[in-house]
Amino acid sequence: MRRSLEIRSQKGFAAGLLYMVIGASVSYVSTSYTMGTAARMGPGYFPFWLGVILAAIGGIVLLQSLRISAERDAIPHLDMRTTIWVLGSVVLFGLLLRPLGLALSLVLMVILASMASHEFGWKGAVLNALLLLSISLGAFIYGLNLQLPVWPSFLE
Amino acid sequence: MELIDHLMLGFSTALSLQNVTYAFVGCLLGTLIGVLPGLGPSATIAMLLPATYALPPVAALIMLAGIYYGAQYGGSTTAILVNLPGESSSVVTAIDGYQMARKGRAGVALATAGISSFGAGCVATLVLAAFATPMSELAFKFGPAEYFSLMVLGLIGAVVLASGSLMKAVGMIILGLIFGMVGTDVNSGAARFSFDIPELTDGLNFVALAMGLFGFAEIIINLEQREKRETFTNRITTLFPTAADFRRMLPAATRGTIIGTLLGILPGGGATLSSFASYTMEKKLSKYPEEFGKGAIEGVAGPEAANNAGSQTSFIPLLTLGIPSNVVMALMVGAMTIHNIQPGPQVMTSDPALFWGLIASMWIGNLMLIVLNLPMIGLWVKLLKVPYRYLYPAILVFCSIGVYSVNNNTFDVFQAAAFGLIGYVFVKLALEPAPLLLGFVLGPMMEENFRRAMLLSRGDFSVFVTRPISVSLLIGAALLVAIVALPAVRQTREVAFQEE
Repeated sequence: MRRSLEIRSQKGFAAGLLYMVIGASVSYVSTSYTMGTAARMGPGYFPFWLGVILAAIGGIVLLQSLRISAERDAIPHLDMRTTIWVLGSVVLFGLLLRPLGLALSLVLMVILASMASHEFGWKGAVLNALLLLSISLGAFIYGLNLQLPVWPSFLE
Repeated sequence: MELIDHLMLGFSTALSLQNVTYAFVGCLLGTLIGVLPGLGPSATIAMLLPATYALPPVAALIMLAGIYYGAQYGGSTTAILVNLPGESSSVVTAIDGYQMARKGRAGVALATAGISSFGAGCVATLVLAAFATPMSELAFKFGPAEYFSLMVLGLIGAVVLASGSLMKAVGMIILGLIFGMVGTDVNSGAARFSFDIPELTDGLNFVALAMGLFGFAEIIINLEQREKRETFTNRITTLFPTAADFRRMLPAATRGTIIGTLLGILPGGGATLSSFASYTMEKKLSKYPEEFGKGAIEGVAGPEAANNAGSQTSFIPLLTLGIPSNVVMALMVGAMTIHNIQPGPQVMTSDPALFWGLIASMWIGNLMLIVLNLPMIGLWVKLLKVPYRYLYPAILVFCSIGVYSVNNNTFDVFQAAAFGLIGYVFVKLALEPAPLLLGFVLGPMMEENFRRAMLLSRGDFSVFVTRPISVSLLIGAALLVAIVALPAVRQTREVAFQEE
């Protein structure tokens, strides 16, 4: 019987590899903490073994992906454009909140995030931004009294 | 009767004007967000968690419970009207509910879901109240070894229900436990995996983790799929089921309630397992099996009763043992910790008003949902018509402001974005985020109990198998794994999860 070594489940293979890499790194980093003994465990003991277990599970998942019975699948492509617009707008909001205040950073976040949609339109995005700004000001600043800078710090 | 005294105390707490108001606000917000397509209870709760920070603990928990029920109700509404189940627990509802909607019976389907859920909720609340005291007495017999084994059983139980590969899911748990290790070690004070970033010495931010994995990742996935879905919103005319409908609905809802109540108590049980089990059973028992998948009312009544009963009784392990059995319960642990309440058997004795108030508010919440939502269906339907391109920026805004306000720290916003990316990659690799979140919440507790058990046994590992309760819990966990690994069971499990 011929056993072909072929990656049948690419998702499984990648997941297994990911587990192994994370597990090994966790165990490696853990060795820099005090290990202690089984009776008096140091901070490194528990995470070290968790890393070992994760790496072992990763190995099993990886082997399973090679089995003849494994269902064939391919790693779907990552939609980087959408991801960058969506998560980038959140990161930018975090970066700009302190210096520029809620008003400007929120409007910018909404407009940038809206660009992720294939139905993007300037008018709708700007109106949505203004609507969300007024809701946020009403609910969070005046309603719940959250401590957020609203206007740019250089204006205050 | 002790039970009656407890319930009286609960109702007197829950019926204060303040708490009724928060239960109402919770139900309303929960439904409002939960009805949005693609947002399930976990994402909804993660998003609304920060809104409860400023409240006193009792009010916060009551509001969160309201959000949970509201989100679940909203999820069923979306499942029925748009065939877009927000979370696995309403996957089954979508099968026959959507078909009913296509036949112009959307109103009846929604009413059936509401009525069945309410009936199930009433029964489950009573069961919860009755079980709470004996369960927490049992919990006081637990030492660290028992707690560790119980958590192993709970985590394994949660994984058995994951629809994908068992091994992948176990890996996600371990990864979650590792994420839970980040921060200062309570025993030694050493900072672990914080890589000299001061913000990380307090550990990863729970809200950021949940929002990123469930909220942000979900948005990217939704934006990626550009298919249009047909919404049946214009044909809601009759809301009330006919007498014939009731005759078919009642037995199904009753059976669903029983299944849900029982399965909800199990570690790892809860809404999803209950609704799947109920659907399978209704299909087997029905006189009209050919109608299933084409709009059978039993297919809505049974699973909806079951998932509501299950979600209610899954509070039992949380409130009495301090062990969350599913993601939503893990989120409740996060919320309780923020309010400095350590979930576990001591809550009932140290803060009886909070404990029984929460239980009573569950019933009040269920009542509110049916009174509120049936007349308000028109409003939810309008909300469903708002295009997604306006909705997701709103979700991003509320999440970002919410996660920032937890510690008034922009680092948490970056964490949420990072977990969004991680969550997106997970989805692409068919890895489920739910077990990770459970592991994350249980990680520190598990390590603590493991270390204490080993300290007491002077480093002897056999302590976990020589103590009777501990060993039975571990055997239970091993049995679960063995059962799922059996080829026959594996096949039916795959079939069950494919019946979507």
